[in-house]
Parts: sequence; structure tokens; C-alpha cells
Amino acid sequence: MTRRILLSASLAAAAGLMVMGETLPAQAQMRAFVTNERDHTMSVVDMDALKVLETIKTGRRPRGVTASPDGKLIYVAASDDNRVEVYDSKTFKMLKTLRSGPDPELFVLAPSGNPLYIANEDDNMVTAVNVENNELVAEIPVGVEPEGMGVSPDGKYLVNTSETTNMAHVIDTTTNEVIENILVDSRPRVAQFNHDGTQLWVSAEVGGTVAVIDPKDKWKIVKKISFEIPGVNKDAIQPVGIRITKDGSKAFVALGPANRVAIVDTKTLAVEKYLLVGQRVWQLAFTPDEKLLLSTNGNSNDVSIIDVASEKVTKSVAVGRSPWGVVVVP
Amino acid sequence: MKRMVRAAAARAVLAMALLAMAGVPLPASAQQESPTPAAPKPAATVAAAQTFRIGLVRQMPELPPWIAPLTAPPENLGVAGAELGIRDALASGRFLKLDYTLATEIVPTDGDPLPVAQKLVEAGNNYILLDVPAAQLIRIADALKDKDVLLVNVGAPDDSLRQQDCRANVLHVAPNRAMLTDALAQFLMTKRWRNWFLFTGRTDGDKLYAEAVRNSARKFGAKIVAEKVWDYGPDARATAQSEVPRATQVAEYDILIIADEQGEFGDILPYNTWLARPTAGTQGLMPLAWHPTMENWGAAQLQSRFFKQHQRMMQPLDFQMWEGVFAIASAGMKTRSSEVGKIRAQILAPDYDLPVFKGVAASFRPWDHQLRQPILLTHATNTVTLSPQQAYLHQRTPLDTLGFDQPETRCKFN
Repeated sequence: MTRRILLSASLAAAAGLMVMGETLPAQAQMRAFVTNERDHTMSVVDMDALKVLETIKTGRRPRGVTASPDGKLIYVAASDDNRVEVYDSKTFKMLKTLRSGPDPELFVLAPSGNPLYIANEDDNMVTAVNVENNELVAEIPVGVEPEGMGVSPDGKYLVNTSETTNMAHVIDTTTNEVIENILVDSRPRVAQFNHDGTQLWVSAEVGGTVAVIDPKDKWKIVKKISFEIPGVNKDAIQPVGIRITKDGSKAFVALGPANRVAIVDTKTLAVEKYLLVGQRVWQLAFTPDEKLLLSTNGNSNDVSIIDVASEKVTKSVAVGRSPWGVVVVP
Repeated sequence: MKRMVRAAAARAVLAMALLAMAGVPLPASAQQESPTPAAPKPAATVAAAQTFRIGLVRQMPELPPWIAPLTAPPENLGVAGAELGIRDALASGRFLKLDYTLATEIVPTDGDPLPVAQKLVEAGNNYILLDVPAAQLIRIADALKDKDVLLVNVGAPDDSLRQQDCRANVLHVAPNRAMLTDALAQFLMTKRWRNWFLFTGRTDGDKLYAEAVRNSARKFGAKIVAEKVWDYGPDARATAQSEVPRATQVAEYDILIIADEQGEFGDILPYNTWLARPTAGTQGLMPLAWHPTMENWGAAQLQSRFFKQHQRMMQPLDFQMWEGVFAIASAGMKTRSSEVGKIRAQILAPDYDLPVFKGVAASFRPWDHQLRQPILLTHATNTVTLSPQQAYLHQRTPLDTLGFDQPETRCKFN
């Protein structure tokens, strides 16, 4: 599927000519958006052809990326330009920019689609921005180098990790106050709730562990999962990205320079398998149907495609320099 | 802010004390203790449950005969890093009601840092960062041996302090010379630049650096094919173009290694050598704990925090002092107690890790209390690589391929 057809199709759709819109083959619709930190671009990957459709020029140092709940909008944190950019997921055009506070790295959208909660790495702050009118909703002081952002499925709790303070800060989104501080291992990077909100997973990059936390039991750490890979030095095992399947059975953990994605049983919290992916694997994203999982591999400049059912890496797709974040829309 | 005011006040007090010692009459008003301005507490602050009192003693090093304006040391060199460390520690510690204070004392080159350190301890500081010459560090460590105090060497690179002159009450955050030259040697061997021409300066430090270079060559299989001592005077800038080509006419070699810790002549060697060869060591490609060009592994964030606070770039000594405070503070987050014994045990525990923005965590070697950490190899405008290099493996951690590994230790804590 060429970009020209896709573009004209969406333009036609925008003009209300739905007949043209319907001619867009279904398989061309699913797209992955990959931010390339050192290229200042975002690659759009056609998820059927598994080829790059388009490379979008973004602001400087794009890192965090997410999509609106309807998949129509793509939010990109342009860290060195201190702004969040909003793109149309079909035309790939930048629609507007949002305030972000200084040095935005990662963010998470409220499950309702608004507001956007942004970690300001340079400022020990989490900023909440109304995505409709670009108004500042709240600034919440957290620890040093805020990074990972997770939100509970009901939207009640926001969790931010601070990399140098080594804590996960739990924020009540009704009051925007920190209600709990959970000390985890060194350099916590990502916070991820499972889909029924019964587990919170927090990865610690330098500590080499993932803490599984029980939100219902005073945010206590249930277990710290560690990883052992034969032939790989312990120092190289640096957990970052986490994704948990919708049915809550499996978690996938990206292990950084270990070049592996670990598959963890969410009941027993035992590591079941390690999948070899590209170099310095960073963030992960499922396709909306959860058939595939994508990993961004920062040092090999590609994205690995993992078949979720067979637990096999099926392909790698070359993208830009230092791919960082990824999101897939239907 | 309050902390910084306090540190500044402490400095002012010290300056006056030194003047007093020197017999300079003080103005009457200055003889009273300078009042600490009462900063209003922000509403959210809760009473601290534990306070970590950190003292800092920096003895000004002897200045070289000339300093290039570009490399002139800033007035608050090192101290600025400790101040950022305190700010970071407070930002983290407030969640656990941990408070951190810094009392800074600057000692002149010909002053005596021992009474200054003792005074800090008497004032209740039980963590002392030291940037003093090796001989002074030993005196201070021995004098404070029976006190409940932990000393952190953030400046002295001497190998002897990690070997025969090690002390149980001292942790070393500053990398020692052997760590630095091992880091360089691994990279040069990786590049197959194994024939070295070693040019050594006139100071004792230069001779020790050169000795470390020779040891590293032996350890990693490089060959020192030529050696010279710089005896062209302290300032040969004007005649470098004619003198250096003559001085560097030796047999074939791959790289010129410079041992010039004060920077008297190292910077005039590149491009003036007889043969077209790269330079490394104290100038040229330098093994360092830190450099403003370091940006990977989150380093950019530390650099940017530092710049925001001090309006200048973060130098190696700034970083080492930041690390010293961070080592204590991050242990404190776990112990939630400022007791020296507990902090010390935490810092030396096998699972202690200190994320220092270099890709892998740093930790302390139990046999000599040296912080093992990756070492940067950098030239003026770029960090070329970090050692240990990939090919150098180790049964415990690759970091132990740099400096003194357990079998080589001559340290005995009594």
C-alpha cells in the first residue's frame, strides 16, 4: 500500500466521500509509529507489509509516543524542543503542539483521553495538560529525574517513577497529590498497570529487576523479579519497557543491552522465556489485536516484530537512528 | 537555597578563621559568628526524622605556572558538585523525611586541612568529603580513626591510598591512577596501538602517573618503546613549534602518552610532534571520571541539572563530589537512618549499586573501598568511549579489570 493512496484516501474521507474511504484496504490500516531519538523523526510502519510507509520529521529528540483512545491522534514528546507534538495518525501531519514543561520524556494519557500526564525529567515535576485547550491542569512535584508514567485502568491513580530518587510515586488523580512513595531498585524506568488494575509493574534499569506491586494492599511490593540469561553479564540486564496482555496472563519485559525480551507469567511471576531481539531494546507496544508485539532497538536502529501466540521473533524492520518509543493504532 | 547560604556562610567563617590564624586583625563585626538567615520553611515541609550532616574539605592544589583560559578552574570547582548532590538528596529525601546539610571548608595550598576536618566533625558532621593531598588524607584518617565518622576521598588519585596506605574509615570515590591508565590501555589495545612513547613531566604526580602507565602497559600487553622527561622549562608555549619536534624525535611509535597532571606542557604537544601521531594520557585522549561531553545513559540530565544550578559545565571533580554525596544519600534512602555504621554497612553491602549515568552501576570494592565505575576516554570536545572495553571479561564484573582487583590488593584494614 503506497502512501499516496493512503493519503488521498484519508483526504477523501475528510471531505466526506466515504465511498473512497471504504476502498482503503483493511490491511493497510494498522500502523506503528516509532520515534527515532537521534534522527528527530518518526517512522510510520505499515503493520501488514511490515515496511516503513513514511518518515515524519518531528521536533528534536522525540522520545515518548502514545495515541488517543480512538487511534486518531499521535502524541510525541519532542524532548529538546520542550513540547508535545500532536499528529494526525492518517495524514501524518502535525496538527498542533502542546505545552509540556521542560524536557518531556515519557507521558501517559488518562484512559478517557484527557489529560496528558507528562514527566519533566529536568524539573522533578509531573505536568498534567488538557489536550483540548492546552491548559495546564496541574504540576505535581516528584523525585529526581521523573521518567516512567503509568495510569490505572480506572484513571484514579497515576504512577511516576523518578530515576535518581529510585521511587515510584503514586498520585491520586482527583487531588493531584502524591499519596504513596514506593522505594524500588536503581533507576526505575517504566510503570505499567495490568488491565484490571490488580498489579503495578515497575522496571529498574540499573537495579536489573522488575517490582510487582499490589495496589490493593497498600502498594506493597509482592515480588522483585530478576533475570538471568546464560552468557549475558548481569550488568547488561537492564529492564525498561513493560507490556502486559489484556487477559492479564503474560508480561513482556524489554531488557536493554541484554538484547532480550523476557516473557513472565503474571501469576507465578516466573520468567518463562527470553526472546533475542535487536540491540539495546527499549520500549514495547502491542498491536491493538495483541497478535504482535513490537520492540524498539536503540542500537541496531530497528524494530523487532514478535508473534505473541507462538512467542517467536518473526522479523525486524529497519527504522531511523535510535528508535525509542512505539505505539500501534488500528 | 538555605543549604547553599549555610555553605557560603561556612566558607566566609573559614576565610576569617584563616585570616585570624595568619594574624590579620578582623573587623569587630566579623568576629561574631555570622548569622544564618532564617529561611522560611515551605508549608509542605515536615520535620526531618533523620539529618545527614556532610562536611567538605578542599585544599586548593598548587597552581601550574600558566593556565590556558579555556581550562582555568572555576572558583567553586568540586564544591558545586557537592551542592548539586545535596539538592538531589533533598529532592529525594523529602519523601522519607530525610534531611541533608553541607558544610564546606576551603583550605589554602599551604594550609593544614587536619584541624579544619576535626572542627567539622566536632560541629556534628559525620560524613566528610575530602579533596586533599594523599599525605594529608592519611593524617586526617588516622586522627579521626576512633570517631564515628566516614571519610570519602573525592580527589586524591594516589594508588598508594588503595594499597599499602589504605584506611578502613575511608571510601574512595575518585578513580585512582591505575584505574585511569588501565582504562586507557584497554582502549589502545582494542585499537591495536600498542607501542607507546611516554613523556613525563617534572612533578611527583607526573612520575606516579607515568608509573601507572608502565604498569598498565605490562598488564595489558602494550610496549613502552620510548620514554622522555619534559625538561624544557615550565612554559614552552612560545617555542613549542621548534622545541617539540626535536623533543619527540624517537623511534617509531603508535601513540604519545603524556604524564602531566598540572597541564604544564601536555597541551602543546599535539600537532607539534615529529611524527604524525595521536596523543593520550593527562592531555589528548584523557581517561576521566566525567566530562562535559558525556551525555549517554541519562548523563545529559545530570549535566543539565548541574548547568541550571551553576551556569557552567560539570568538571570531573564536580562529578566526584556529586558522587560522594549521592553514595551517602542513596544508602540513606535504604537505611532511613543517618547512623554512620548503618550507612557504611549499606554502602559496602554486596547488593549496593550506585547508578552514576554510565550504563552500569558503580559499587565499592570491599578489599580497598574503591568505587568501581566505568571510565570515560574523552578529548576536548567528545567522549570517545567508556572502559572497560567489551573484550575485557571478568568473573565478577568487567569493572574489576580497571585498577586493583582482589588478587593484586595490598590493602589490609586493621
